[in-house]
Amino acid sequence: MKREVFIERVLLFLALSSIGSLLLITIFIFLEGVPLIAHAGLKKFLLTSHWAPTKGHFGILAMIISSILVTLGAMVLGVPLGLACAISLAEFSPERVKTLLKPTLELLAGIPSVVYGFLGVIWLVPLIRDYLGGPGLSLLAGSVILGIMILPTIISISIDALSAVPDLYRDGSIALGATNWQTVRRVVLPAARSGIITAVILGMGRAIGETMAVIMVAGNALKIPTSVLDPVRTLTSNIALELAYATGRHREALFATGIVLFVIIMILNFTASAITRRR
Amino acid sequence: MRLDPRLSQIFMKALLWALTGFTLFILVFIIVNISVKGLPQVTLSFLTQEPHDMGRAGGIFSAIVATAYVTFLAILLATPLGVGSAIYLTEYTKEGWTTRIIRFGAECLAGVPSIILGLFGFVLFVMKLGFGWSILSGGLTLAIMVLPIIIRTSEEAIKAVPPEYRLVCFSLGLTKWQTITRIVLPSALPGITTGIMLSVGRSLGETAVLLFTAGAALRTPLSLFDSGRTMAVHFYILAREGLSMPNAYGTAAILMISILLINVAAYTLMQRLMKRYS
Repeated sequence: MKREVFIERVLLFLALSSIGSLLLITIFIFLEGVPLIAHAGLKKFLLTSHWAPTKGHFGILAMIISSILVTLGAMVLGVPLGLACAISLAEFSPERVKTLLKPTLELLAGIPSVVYGFLGVIWLVPLIRDYLGGPGLSLLAGSVILGIMILPTIISISIDALSAVPDLYRDGSIALGATNWQTVRRVVLPAARSGIITAVILGMGRAIGETMAVIMVAGNALKIPTSVLDPVRTLTSNIALELAYATGRHREALFATGIVLFVIIMILNFTASAITRRR
Repeated sequence: MRLDPRLSQIFMKALLWALTGFTLFILVFIIVNISVKGLPQVTLSFLTQEPHDMGRAGGIFSAIVATAYVTFLAILLATPLGVGSAIYLTEYTKEGWTTRIIRFGAECLAGVPSIILGLFGFVLFVMKLGFGWSILSGGLTLAIMVLPIIIRTSEEAIKAVPPEYRLVCFSLGLTKWQTITRIVLPSALPGITTGIMLSVGRSLGETAVLLFTAGAALRTPLSLFDSGRTMAVHFYILAREGLSMPNAYGTAAILMISILLINVAAYTLMQRLMKRYS
């Protein structure tokens, strides 16, 4: 009997590893980054856009704005496209087609982000440069690539949300003389709303946290963009571009950038899990 | 003016399927593009030769070794933690605040972007603990990254084992732990394997984490404390610095095809398990 209790203790200890890791991550990112924020001043850090860390200027406003814009751009492409796939598969296809296409589309999640970035540079960037102007490496390129990368997140969570709507709802609507599409639009989509919102929020989290693909296609220029064709540097790119050689205050500033990113992501995660729980 | 509902239905269905077709096209385009340009580069010597001249010439042997090394280490560390968590969550507790905290941790951890994990691994393992840019630092950080995947799939697999199995064991006088190790875990093994395979897939493609924890040394890593450049990092450097397009494509093809095959196999395995117990 004593052995059983011991085993349970060990398992509990193992089970705490994930929350423990999360705590460690939080602690270390904050420990490294907070001194810089205290040094530069939170307001100056967040609300100015002069970034010259070796000369003592630590403003990340341009990157915050760029991150938000790239993410919003990704949503403009990714949400309609992902929802369209989810509705087609969950509502308008026979079970066999659904079981075949859902895992196929989820393969998009397996393609490494560097491959997305690479194909973006080879195909998308020249297309933008030649037909729309600008350097090609741009806010637009970043948004398009991220929009594609968040598709699997949006598709699979939305399909689950749509499939969770009881068939009774559909039958009732059809019995009243509605077409399939009217049923989807007026009955199924509203019923699945919270799940779809969760999908969108988690998609946002993926987009704002993505690094390698964005570095490769977004151009990394340090200014607030005035057009979608301007090159931009996101919070994630800033960290990845400079971490390898940064020291002292400069390195702290990169961790402080990480804090901002981490806080944004955690707010998105909290929101998503609060919505899921309420359901 | 209102459109005839049947007409708008036809129109919407066509539009939705067109968009779905477009998404499938993107997937096929990526796979075909990388395969067509990459696979011709993949020869036996490409796989077995060390890279020369910064990767402009030679093969990717050292990158394959580094990738296998960090991935193996990550799986080795994450599997006991993840499976242990899953056993605890499914077999030992009722839903309550402990499970809620554990689930919340796993959920949030899954949402932490890889660049944040990279920062964390860099400050804790590379700097504070003094492991340097190494296989060890990379493997430890990757283990944290894949932990939520293993927890989630193992939990699903263990839950799929019918409760009657456990009741029979208890009625035969087996202890809880005996029931778990002799009956529940073996039955859930395909599902746990799925989680491990998905984790391998995730690790193979990861770049941001490894760039800052395992480094980018081109030599074949021998010890845990050697720096090693994984295939994904190697591909990133080749592509970004324009060192060699053929070698970049070759590396990408191997990387992408192995990840896709692993994911397909993992999915098939999980389906089979679910079918057996449903």
